[in-house]
Amino acid sequence: MANKILEKRVLRSDLFYFRIEAPELAKKAKAGQFVVVRADDNGERIPLSLANIDPDRGTISLLVQTIGVTSTKLSTLSVGDEIKDIAGPMGHKTPIEKYGRVILVGGGFGAAPLYPIGRAMKEAGNTVISITGARSADLLVYEKELGEFSDKVLISTDDGSKGHKGLVTEVLKNEIEANGADLVIAVGPAIMMKFASLTTKPYNVKTLVSLNPIMVDGTGMCGACRVSVGGKTMFGCTDGPDFDGHLVDWDLLMSRQRTYLVEEKEAMEAYTCSCAPHS
Amino acid sequence: MAETKIREYTKEEIKEIRKSRTPIPEQEPIVRGKNFEEVALGYTEEQALREANRCMACKKRDCVAGCPVEVPIPEFIQLVREGDFTGAAKKIKEKNSLPAICGRVCPQESQCESLCTLGKKMEPVAIGRLERFVADYERAHGGGGEVAKPKPTGFKVAVVGSGPAGLTVASDLAKIGHEVTIFEALHKAGGVLVYGIPEFRLPKAIVQSEVDGIASLGVKFELDSVVGKLYTVDELLERGFDAVFIGSGAGLPMFMNIPGENLNGVYSANEFLTRTNLMKAYLFPEYDTPIKKGKHVAVVGGGNVAMDSARTALRLGADKVYLVYRRSMEELPARKEEVHHAVEEGIDFKLLTNPVEIIGEDGWVKGIKCVQMELGEPDESGRRRPVVVKGSDFVIDVDTVVMSIGTGSNPIIPESTPGLELTKRGYIVADETGATSKPGVFAGGDIVTGSATVILAAGAGRRAADTIHEYLMSKVKN
Ligand SMILES: Cc1cc2nc3c(=O)[nH]c(=O)nc-3n(C[C@H](O)[C@H](O)[C@H](O)COP(=O)(O)OP(=O)(O)OC[C@H]3O[C@@H](n4cnc5c(N)ncnc54)[C@H](O)[C@@H]3O)c2cc1C
Ligand SMILES: Cc1cc2nc3c(=O)[nH]c(=O)nc-3n(C[C@H](O)[C@H](O)[C@H](O)COP(=O)(O)OP(=O)(O)OC[C@H]3O[C@@H](n4cnc5c(N)ncnc54)[C@H](O)[C@@H]3O)c2cc1C
Ligand code: SF4
Ligand code: SF4
Ligand code: FES
Repeated sequence: MANKILEKRVLRSDLFYFRIEAPELAKKAKAGQFVVVRADDNGERIPLSLANIDPDRGTISLLVQTIGVTSTKLSTLSVGDEIKDIAGPMGHKTPIEKYGRVILVGGGFGAAPLYPIGRAMKEAGNTVISITGARSADLLVYEKELGEFSDKVLISTDDGSKGHKGLVTEVLKNEIEANGADLVIAVGPAIMMKFASLTTKPYNVKTLVSLNPIMVDGTGMCGACRVSVGGKTMFGCTDGPDFDGHLVDWDLLMSRQRTYLVEEKEAMEAYTCSCAPHS
Repeated sequence: MAETKIREYTKEEIKEIRKSRTPIPEQEPIVRGKNFEEVALGYTEEQALREANRCMACKKRDCVAGCPVEVPIPEFIQLVREGDFTGAAKKIKEKNSLPAICGRVCPQESQCESLCTLGKKMEPVAIGRLERFVADYERAHGGGGEVAKPKPTGFKVAVVGSGPAGLTVASDLAKIGHEVTIFEALHKAGGVLVYGIPEFRLPKAIVQSEVDGIASLGVKFELDSVVGKLYTVDELLERGFDAVFIGSGAGLPMFMNIPGENLNGVYSANEFLTRTNLMKAYLFPEYDTPIKKGKHVAVVGGGNVAMDSARTALRLGADKVYLVYRRSMEELPARKEEVHHAVEEGIDFKLLTNPVEIIGEDGWVKGIKCVQMELGEPDESGRRRPVVVKGSDFVIDVDTVVMSIGTGSNPIIPESTPGLELTKRGYIVADETGATSKPGVFAGGDIVTGSATVILAAGAGRRAADTIHEYLMSKVKN
């Protein structure tokens, strides 16, 4: 059967890596694209970036950060289990070319798309610098993986337990000032992408961001994923997910991401209740 | 052989019953406004017999001319009269493979029933209700029996999309012995029949039973497969499919481009209905997908999609649902029956009203600003063009807005299929037979015509199946 989990790793209490058998997808998908996943029959459709694409082994990888019901359901799956639905590859691939110096900025699950993108950028002849951060050193993930292809991996932690003490955006600024950049790609929480874009703006460095609006189908059918870029409404799934970070209406994105906060909390409570052992 | 006890009507009785069509039992508006169960409950055998006896079995068969696929209407009604309901279902299926669906959702008043001879003097025969009755009867009584497996032809056909167009092509070709695979982007087959049209108008179990029936013919369903992304049309041809049929529908939602349209609480009808129907948000949190259950909802538009959205909003628990439409009641493009149902259920029709802005507060919808319209000179479509009454703007307080102003062509297939001729609006150019500009590639349904109807899509599928079959047979000769 399809979508069998071949490998699972717990990277952090809230971050899970899965390698999944999906030969057709692996043949077709490109760095920067995503899939739409459903955990079970009652499940919601959620978008997840492709964290690795291995056509030779016929597998794709996903990195799941547990936030609500679906991501939590996925996190409970084990090797040998099957994921109910995986559809894709959705969206456009990230344009891979020789730009020169490419800086990747990621946090949390943002490392997922950055891994295949960074590798492809390196293969295209770019110098690749990765910047990643977390609250503290023990929460850092993917540092080693990014190191596989990066010319340099720069770290920041809020508490200074590793690398620069402070935010990834400060490291980004320092790196641009010191060595310049031809392209910055930022992926992670909207707030991080927003500030990364604000950081690169004064230096006029082209900045790509991978937007994560709420989605349903991922095929352009519902319009849930509307984002505003350069004053124009676009669909995150079919027009993106990559957009020019300097043109994105960040406040709108963040506001729309909050649409279902109340319902999500309710769903999570119902879900954890139903999973709790009966006393 | 008659399967049921038939009732003979006397001449006198027939004269009497012809005067008015047999009403179809329905859930009371007050009750049904709170549940998602089907509104119309369907004829009993007795009611069906009564209605069938209203038909005059006209030689001219005007009704048939009104049906886009020319269902043999007098003939099937005659079989109903004789009590041979299964035979009647078979008769319909000679022309229409989806009678349980079409009987429910066809705009009969502008198709078959509009030309019914009886309708000139009295109410037309309730053809749709009878069609629905026989299809439901057949399903409940074990269907039409086993279909003999045809001899495999060795040809393989790929069908993109599992809406009425794709399902019809697939079933017709499979019956001839071609090997058919349907590629569907979503996790469930049925197209608009499962994600768009609500449960209370078309129970999903009925769609599923059609899909199961087609699967039992040997048609393979590849769900979660977006053609143009996972495989392109050209790759399907390279992978050994001898022909590809594109029935991908007109699924791209349109917006008005007025201020405030991206506020939280503004939905496209597609999103609103997909969350509710396909994802079962009305059963949240038993199902994981949420939806905002607005208390005051404005639905913008006047078609079937708008009626469905308004009535869905009501069932999700809204206190007040407005239908905002820029023309008048006469121009409403929705099925008459659904407009009638919506009125009965208490939907507030704001006619000759056009939104100009959606007003927000802290990112959420608070109201919809509209202007009053009046009807001016007729436009290209022959309908009188609505023009704005100066200074007439007013605000309706709502917390949810559903935009239901039409759909366009989805770009995924056009973008990924070189050599496919498109119209200016991005639809696929295909002739009457379903042939496109690309050899071996056929298309039909909404992706060719723009949003239309279930029966037109099914009809296009049927014609394309004939064309594809001919095309495949011509390949043998070479
Ligand atoms: C293109 C794209 C790529 C993504 N890649 C990854 C990834 O690689 N790994 C990862 O862990 N997450 C990724 N996300 C985010 C992920 O989709 C959400 O975290 C997920 O939907 C949460 O679902 P849930 O049921 O667990 O939580 P919920 O309780 O449904 O949601 C919690 C929060 O997640 C966000 N969210 C909810 N539903 C969606 C949705 N359908 N789409 C997007 N955001 C939503 C909202 O901000 C919401 O407040 C990506 C999102 C997009 C659009
Ligand atoms: C809410 C609503 C109510 C309606 N009510 C009525 C009514 O009462 N009566 C009536 O006659 N008509 C009605 N219609 C119109 C009718 O449903 C459509 O005209 C009809 O479904 C069109 O059929 P189709 O086969 O062309 O496409 P669709 O039904 O749209 O099916 C297309 C399918 O293709 C899939 N698809 C799209 N792109 C791809 C791709 N790249 N790869 C794989 N799969 C793909 C889609 O997911 C979808 O499942 C209504 C429509 C809506 C939206
Ligand atoms: S398919 Fe539709 S139009 Fe044709 S006879 Fe049946 S209900 Fe009427
Ligand atoms: S036109 Fe009306 S009365 Fe005449 S055969 Fe058709 S359905 Fe019967
Ligand atoms: S997710 Fe539905 S259109 Fe983008």
